Order: sequence, then structure tokens, then C-alpha cells
Amino acid sequence: MKRIEIRVHAGAFAENKDIARDLRLKELIPSLEKNEDIVLDFEGVEAATQSFIHALISDLLRKYGGDVLDRVEFKSCNDTVKKIITIVVDYMQEGTA
Amino acid sequence: MRIHIPNSAFLGNIDPFIRGFDPSSPEALEITANDKWTSVHPVALSMIAALGLAVKPDRIRCQRFEARSVHYFVRMGLLKMLNISSDMVIQEHEPAGRFIPLTQIRASAELTRFITEMIPLLHLEPEQAKTLGYIVSELVRNVLEHAEAPSGAVLCAQYYKKSNSIRIGIADTGCGIKATITRAHRAGTDLEAIRLALMPGITGTTPKEGGTEQNAGAGLFFIKSIASVNRDFFIIYSGSGFYKLLKKSPARSRRLKADPFADRHSAGADMPSWKGTVVGVDITLDQTEEFSLLLDAIRDTYSSAVRERRKERYKRPRFT
Repeated sequence: MKRIEIRVHAGAFAENKDIARDLRLKELIPSLEKNEDIVLDFEGVEAATQSFIHALISDLLRKYGGDVLDRVEFKSCNDTVKKIITIVVDYMQEGTA
Repeated sequence: MRIHIPNSAFLGNIDPFIRGFDPSSPEALEITANDKWTSVHPVALSMIAALGLAVKPDRIRCQRFEARSVHYFVRMGLLKMLNISSDMVIQEHEPAGRFIPLTQIRASAELTRFITEMIPLLHLEPEQAKTLGYIVSELVRNVLEHAEAPSGAVLCAQYYKKSNSIRIGIADTGCGIKATITRAHRAGTDLEAIRLALMPGITGTTPKEGGTEQNAGAGLFFIKSIASVNRDFFIIYSGSGFYKLLKKSPARSRRLKADPFADRHSAGADMPSWKGTVVGVDITLDQTEEFSLLLDAIRDTYSSAVRERRKERYKRPRFT
């Protein structure tokens, strides 16, 4: 199980897409390729932009389909972050279905 | 180039200010202002600063401003950013100092640092801070990623006590929206390009729905939606295209529209050509919805817009 603390990388307002891209390419995709499950821990993240979340997870949905959501857990998200993640996940499934 | 700062130029009445901009002779800039006093939206200052950064400092000619105006321009950092000397020494700031002076951002890490530092300057509630941080992040990242602007993004913001609102302006002198959007979509005019850029799911990085792994094509749609739900002004100006989201009356539905032309708006396709992009937004704090409630409204529109556009491309049965 791979655990990533988003606040440690992106701060309390997660908006830097370059950091999201690095996490995706260096942590998320390699873990999924190794069949490792992932916990994205949003403890202490007060808000995130749609662009940040898109850069973090949209390619996972594109590459592995909706089933990837069985292998990625979004932990300790506040309401705002939950909604942004849901928007991106819905959007990717609508757009790539 | 010539730009004149009038008595008043806020988003509601900014059109004459923009129409008065003369983009000819781009190697030099002449700045003039109303003789008596001026009171303008931060977007006007961001535009002037962005123009000034695009020319050599010795090619900027600036009239001597009247004292009340020069105080404001000095305080917002306009003269400093353009290397224009002023005899005036500012002794005192406004009591709360609720403004963000003109700031130039050229790199991703600079933006992250700026967002962290700007919130305390405006003394906002946490929910209002989220909205402002969101708007600044999405708009400046657009510039950094797509505008190819050597001077980066120039922005400033101010709190207005009377209207209890924050007004923000961001300008760049990069390639403009049409050049970006037509890398992947067809747009005959700057205004058509603006329309596409405001639609959810459309990005200049790919013709495909859903965008790329790095771009969803939703940043500007989100910003326009925040303004729409809060019943605030939003403007975007690029090339000769200009779009203004008009204020909604409380009686009108807050339902969001995927097509910006379906919103209550005004638009022009024959403005003086701005090489780059300008965005201005007002956030009236009394009516700012909680950020998470804004997201509920955005979610419905965002997904259904993508679904509708995909449907438009479905093959249809032929009935003979």
C-alpha cells in the first residue's frame, strides 16, 4: 500500500499542478504498475483546485478506467476537496466513457 | 501605444476605457490620466503595468499625475513597476491596507508562494480566502502554461469597503486566447475563441473531450461560474474580442450555463487589439456562497456539458 500525504507535498491549498504531475508520474503510476493500492491522504488540505486534482488523477482514469477507483483511496478529505475530486472523477468518466 | 486612465473604470463601465486604448506603435507607451482624479478597477492597473513591462523603460512616457491619483498609483506599485519616478513619499497606508499591489509572476513556485502570502493582506474569512486563492491560482496558471508571455502574469487586487467586495485584475501580453485555442479547435475570431475558452472541457492542448493529463479545459469556466453564482461581474479581453458577464438580479436563477453566450452578457468583436489576455473579476463578499456550495452548482453543469457535446457527435440513424 502506497500512502501519499498531499499536504506535505502541496501545502494546505493544493494548487501547484507541477507538484501534482510529479506525484502522478513518480509515485502514483509506478505504484499502480506494481499492483500496489494507493491512499491519497488529504489531512490538513483546506482546498484544492480542479486543475491540481485533474493533473493528479485524470490520467489514472484514462489509463486504467473507472476500476482504478477501487485501488485509490481518498482519505481525510473535507467537503470542498471531496467535491472537487468528485467533479474531476465524474468529468473524466463522462468524457472518456 | 497609448492608454488613458479615466475618472472611473470599473467592470460595469470599463468598455470606454478599453475602447480608448491605442495599440499602434507597440515599441512605446504613453500613459495619460484624467486631470482631476481617477478611480479604477485593479484590472486597469494590471493592463497598464503589463503594457509597460513589454516596452523598454525609456520608451514609457507618463504625464504628471494629479496628487490624489498619484497616491493611489504609488501605493498600488504602478510607478515602481514601470520605473517611473515620483516625488511623492507615501507617509501612511489605509488603516487596514486591504490591497495586493501590482505583482509580476513568471514561475509556478512564485505563484504558490504568492498565494500563501496574499491571503493575510486582505484579511478574509477562510471561505472567502478559498474563493480568491482559487481564482488567482487558475488564472495565473493559465498565463504561465499557455500565454507564452515573456513578462508573465501581472496582477493586483483591492478590497472596497463601500461595496464589501474584492476586485482582481490579471493581464498578460502573450499570444492571446485565439492563438492558444486554435491549436486544437476552430475559431474564426477572437470572440469565438473566448467563447470556446469559457466552455467546460475545451482546451487548446487537445481536440479531445476530457482534455489531457495536465489540462481539463475548465479553469476559465470555473472562474466565470464563481462570478455567475455570486452574481458578480467578470470580464475577459483578448485580441479584439471582449466578453463581460453581467450581474444577475436576485430574481434570476443561479443555474450555470456551459455556453457563456447563454448567460446574461455583453460582448464585442471589434475592440482595440490586445496582444495577450486580460481578466477582471469582482467578488462581492456579502453574497459569496460558501465555496463548497459553488462546487455543487459547477458539478452539474460541468458533467452535463461534456455529455451534451459528446451527444452532438454521435452518429445518427438514417431514416429513409
